[in-house]
Amino acid sequence: MPSVPDIRLENLTVGYEGKAVVSDIDVVLPGGRISVILGGSGSGKSTLLRHILRLEEPIAGTVCFGDHDICRLSKRDMHCIKQRIGVLFQDGALLGSLTLADNVALPLREHTRLSRKRIQEIVEGKLALVGLEKFLDYYPNELSGGMRKRAGLARAMVMDPAILFCDEPTSGLDPVTAADLDQLLLEMHRTFGMGMVVVSHDLANMRAIADFVMVLGDGRVLFQGTRQELESVDDPYLRRFLDRKAEERQGPRVGETAVDASVMKVDCSRYWSMGK
Amino acid sequence: MSQDKSTLSTPVAALGRVTLAVLARLGDMFLFFLESLALIFSSPSQFPKAVRQTYFIGVGSVLLILLIGLFTGMVMGLQTYYALSKFGSEGFLGAAVALAVVRELGPVLAAIMVTGRAGSSMTAEIGVMRISDQVDALEVMGINPVSYLVSPKLAACLVSFPILTTFFDLIGIVGGYVTGVALMGGNAGVYISRVQDSIEWGDVWVGYVKALVFGAIVCTVCCYKGYYTHLQQDLAGPEGVSSSTTQAVVLSSVLILLSDYLLTSIFL
Ligand SMILES: Nc1ncnc2c1ncn2[C@@H]1O[C@H](COP(=O)(O)OP(=O)(O)O)[C@@H](O)[C@H]1O
Ligand SMILES: [Mg+2]
Repeated sequence: MPSVPDIRLENLTVGYEGKAVVSDIDVVLPGGRISVILGGSGSGKSTLLRHILRLEEPIAGTVCFGDHDICRLSKRDMHCIKQRIGVLFQDGALLGSLTLADNVALPLREHTRLSRKRIQEIVEGKLALVGLEKFLDYYPNELSGGMRKRAGLARAMVMDPAILFCDEPTSGLDPVTAADLDQLLLEMHRTFGMGMVVVSHDLANMRAIADFVMVLGDGRVLFQGTRQELESVDDPYLRRFLDRKAEERQGPRVGETAVDASVMKVDCSRYWSMGK
Repeated sequence: MSQDKSTLSTPVAALGRVTLAVLARLGDMFLFFLESLALIFSSPSQFPKAVRQTYFIGVGSVLLILLIGLFTGMVMGLQTYYALSKFGSEGFLGAAVALAVVRELGPVLAAIMVTGRAGSSMTAEIGVMRISDQVDALEVMGINPVSYLVSPKLAACLVSFPILTTFFDLIGIVGGYVTGVALMGGNAGVYISRVQDSIEWGDVWVGYVKALVFGAIVCTVCCYKGYYTHLQQDLAGPEGVSSSTTQAVVLSSVLILLSDYLLTSIFL
C-alpha cells in the first residue's frame, strides 16, 4: 500500500450558511495513524467531518489530502479519492431498501467489474470480519443499532480504503460492544495499515485507539497532540472533560424546579410515594 | 420623501423578489431534470433499477388508472349525452368522449393519479434517505445519488406515463360506451364509428407528448423536493419530509395543469 497522505486543515472555518461552528482550525492529521476528533455533543465534530469529506463547502480555509486541496479538485479526481476512502456514518446510513449483503456489495458493483461470485465472497468476508456473517439477508431495520454500525463499517471497508472515517463509532453501544468495536478498529488498522479519522465523545474509545487527538470545544480547537500529551495537559476545561467532572452549573438546582404535587392536584400515593 | 418612495417600492420589490425566486427554483429543477436525464444510460447497472421502478410506478398504477378511466368515461358519457340530447345530436357522443379523453383527460388525470400514488412515495423515499444520511453515504462512496436514485425513476416515468395514458384512453372510451350506449340507449354502431372517424393520429400524438411532459414533470418535481428536503427553513426531520411530500404533490399537480394549457394552446 502506498503511504497514506496526511490530512491538512489550514485556516479552516466550518459551519452552515455562513454561520461558523468551529473557527480557525490549523491541524495536520498524520497519515496512516488513528486520529481522534474529540469534543462534547454539539461541539461541531460531525460538521468538521462533513467538511473533510467535502459534503459541505468551508466558510474559509482549505482541506488538503497530501498535496491536493480537495475543495479545488475536479469532479473526476474527487471521484478517484472517494473510491480510496471509507466512511462510517453515525447511524450506519445503510440503504434501507437493500439487504446487508447488497449494501456491502454496492460499492463493488458500482465501481468494479468483479464477477458476481467474487463480489459475494468479498462481501461474506467483510461481514464475517465484523461478526455479521449470519445476517446477510437481513434488512437494516431488522438489526440493532450496534449491528447497523458494524454493517456500516463492513461497507466502509469493502473497497479496502486507504483512510477510514468514522463518526461516533461507539456512541449508543454498551461498554462491552463498544470495547469490541475499538478492538476491531485497532485490528484493522494494524492489519491493513490504513489511516483512520475517528470522531468521538467517548473517552474510553479515545484512550483505546488514539495516536493523535484534537479536541474541539467553544467553537475552536482546544488541543492537538498525541494522546500522551493530552493526558498530561493542565488546562482546566480539558481536565474536567478528561476526568469526566460535571461543570459547575449556573442555573437553578434540580430540586428547585420541582412542582408541588398538591398544586397539580394529582394524588398518586396509591401507586407510589416519593420521599414524603 | 424617502419614506414615500420606500412604501411605494416595497410591494413591487417584493413581487420582483418572489418572481425571481420562483424562476430560479424552476431553473434549478430544470437543471436537476437534465442531469438525471443525462445519467439514465450512465452504466449498465441502471437497467435493472429502471425495470424495478417501472414495475412500481407503471405496473403498480394500472388498476388505479383503469378504475379512474372507467368512471371518467362513464361520467363523460352521461354528461355529454345529456348535453348533446338537448340539440338532438346524441350521435356525436362517440366523437365528443373520444376527443376529450384522448387529448385532455387521459394524460392529465393519469398524471395526477400517478402523482398521488407514486410521486408522493418518491418524495418520501428520497427525503427519508436524505435525513438519515443515506444520500451523503452514496455521495462519499463515489456513487452519484442523482444517477442512483433519480435517473431510474425518470426512465420509469417516461416509459410508464404514455402506456398508462393509453390504458386510460381505451377504458375511458369503453366507459362512455357503457353509459351513453348501454345505459342511455344510444346507437352502438354510431358510437363506435364516430370514435373511429373523429380520432386522428395527430390527437393521439398530442396525448403522448403530454404524457411524456407530465412524466418528466412529476418525476423531476417529486424527486427534487425529496432530494433537497434538508434545505427547508424551520422544518427538519420527519416534519420536513412530510411537508416536502405535500409540496411535491401540489406543485406537480399545478405544473401539470399549467403545462397542459400551454401544450394545448400550442398544438390546437
Ligand atoms: N444542517 C445544519 N444546519 C445548521 N446548523 C447545523 C446543522 N447541523 C448541525 N448544526 C449545528 O452545528 C453545531 C454542531 O453540530 P454537530 O457537528 O452535529 O455536533 P457534534 O457532532 O459534535 O455533536 C450544532 O450547534 C448544530 O446546531
Ligand atoms: Mg455528531
